[in-house]
Amino acid sequence: MLHECPPGPVGDFLDRFRLDERFPHILCPGCGIGTAMGTMVRSLAELGIGEDELCVVSGIGCSSRVPGYMDTDTFHTLHGRAIPAATGVKQAKPELTLVVYGGDGDIMAIGGNHFIHAARRNMDITVFVVNNRTYAMTGGQYSPTTPTHEKAATAPFGNCERSFDICFMARASGAMFVARSTTYHVAHLKKMMKLALTKTGFSVVEIVSQCPTLYGRHQRIGDGVKMLQWFRDNSVDVSKVEDPWQEQERFVIGVLHDREEVPPYTALYQRVREAAQQADSA
Amino acid sequence: MPQLLSGNEACAIGALRAGVRFFAGYPITPSTEIAEYFARELPRLGGTYIQMEDEIGSICCMNGATAAGLKAMTATSGPGFSLMQEGIGYSIMAELPCIIVNVMRGGPATGTPTRSSQGDLMQARHGTHGDHPIIALCPWSVRECFDLTVEAVDVSERLRLPVILLMDEVVGHMRETVELPLRVETWKPSNPRRPKEEYFHYGDETNYDSDIASFGEGFRVHLTGLVHRKDGLPTNDPETIRWNMDRLRRKVDDNASWLWDLTYEDLGAETVIVCYGSSARSATEAKNLYQRKTGRSVGIIRLRMVWPFPQQRMVSLLRSARRVIVPEMNMGQMNRSVERAVSPDVPVISVQRYDGEMLTPGEIVDAIGREVPSARPLPEEDLHPGFSIADDEEF
Repeated sequence: MLHECPPGPVGDFLDRFRLDERFPHILCPGCGIGTAMGTMVRSLAELGIGEDELCVVSGIGCSSRVPGYMDTDTFHTLHGRAIPAATGVKQAKPELTLVVYGGDGDIMAIGGNHFIHAARRNMDITVFVVNNRTYAMTGGQYSPTTPTHEKAATAPFGNCERSFDICFMARASGAMFVARSTTYHVAHLKKMMKLALTKTGFSVVEIVSQCPTLYGRHQRIGDGVKMLQWFRDNSVDVSKVEDPWQEQERFVIGVLHDREEVPPYTALYQRVREAAQQADSA
Repeated sequence: MPQLLSGNEACAIGALRAGVRFFAGYPITPSTEIAEYFARELPRLGGTYIQMEDEIGSICCMNGATAAGLKAMTATSGPGFSLMQEGIGYSIMAELPCIIVNVMRGGPATGTPTRSSQGDLMQARHGTHGDHPIIALCPWSVRECFDLTVEAVDVSERLRLPVILLMDEVVGHMRETVELPLRVETWKPSNPRRPKEEYFHYGDETNYDSDIASFGEGFRVHLTGLVHRKDGLPTNDPETIRWNMDRLRRKVDDNASWLWDLTYEDLGAETVIVCYGSSARSATEAKNLYQRKTGRSVGIIRLRMVWPFPQQRMVSLLRSARRVIVPEMNMGQMNRSVERAVSPDVPVISVQRYDGEMLTPGEIVDAIGREVPSARPLPEEDLHPGFSIADDEEF
């Protein structure tokens, strides 16, 4: 059926998926990951980033299954290791656009150290973190972004740990561009993704997403629609808050950090090569 | 031109001459000289030295560079080798050729960072989880650090498997005068000569010297650590799982006879020493000492490739041996493999040293001369006479 879609923008969008027996995908009904995947693909198409100029890298988890549906070079690596793997690809083929797509557990917990150091190194990669506040693939255990006191499969009496602010961590580690959006604000999310993809250097978009099957059920929020309504009613644009980093109750969406570009690692290492070669000829 | 080089330097030079242009690593004694050499030389050649945040990041970064078409390498020692195990599994599963150098030091844990050991032999074989093929080479001299690194690059590219270079602190830091060839031959894969619609990343059933596409060449390559089909996409289908696992196993099984790499001498002798790495230096000296002292010759087999263990080859080489000596700087890790290659009435004597010092030739000479019972004791038939399932009413 999908093959019969009319040509034009929609056809171009669908061209970027593997339209074989991969679909329907593994994601649950009401899940936000598909929305974020579709938005990412639309952003790439609208920016004119071709399938052969792109490599999508992921780790392990629900979000990390996304590259498997895309018709481009894809790299489904180990749990938490998408960023170092992307670092290797970028350094070997700097002309490729490198996108890392993963979840909060994958990128902020097991891959947290790699995230910090890729930001510090200013690797020219764009990281999309789908934050559903839980380890969904394994059945809803608490993650580093599960708020304190909330219940999870491994926190039946409430989570006693504090949670991470992904965007704050990205800024503190030296990211060039940091933004947040939700799966409810699809047009806004696309804008944030396009800005991140355009920025040279390490850029991060946190995508607040719904997991109705596990997180929504544990917190008694309801189904996917209820969760999207929750995002709609509890999000606030960054321009409307005094200090986006102090906001605890609401989702502050928008560009949270956009600094003047500095050369990415690939460019800096090219200077190292030139220095080494000059020392040779001297 | 003859040069005075350490084993670590010779290894790095071998890698550069074999075409390695990417190194991702993390400093660790006693392998650091390899990283330092690459940091100095790779940028001159347009390559990359990148120092990662840990060894996990190092091997994953190296896998990324390999997937993008570069010959890549990392070097570490015990603790780092432990951290790299999941990444080695990924290299095997995704069929990414790369070289992992482990300059062995004493373990477990931090162990003895500045002292020598051969304690990671079994870890090299079984370190990463699941059934998997593995190739590990073990040099005994500075020249061989160069030669076996070149061989490692060649074999890994041909079979699309990671190759582990098991050096040890003695071999890595030892200095010898060597003359290294400026040019070396290694096999290099070419791009697939077919349109992308007909290209399957794991489609070559011969599994050997395959044409291969990398990222960024328009072939839409999909790599995953999950069991996958020949197009690289994940699957749970039992038949495909078996196909995938058999494909990996066959990489070593089908090529074992040309992979096996060993040297031997005087195998007509009653006593044969089986050895590898720096212990083989002591063993060779022990053989000479014993011959001078007693006038009786001693056989020696030195494995340059320790994994896969050359089982059938060893059976035929050890056919006339009446006793076998296995000197190792560990608690007897190769011993069991050698026992399996000889008949049960041939004693296999494990000469062990695990105090950070090298085995001395004298210790091995003592073992050659030692009186041992001619047969290994067999387990008694009934080890637990007081217990049998039938007696227990609970069952």
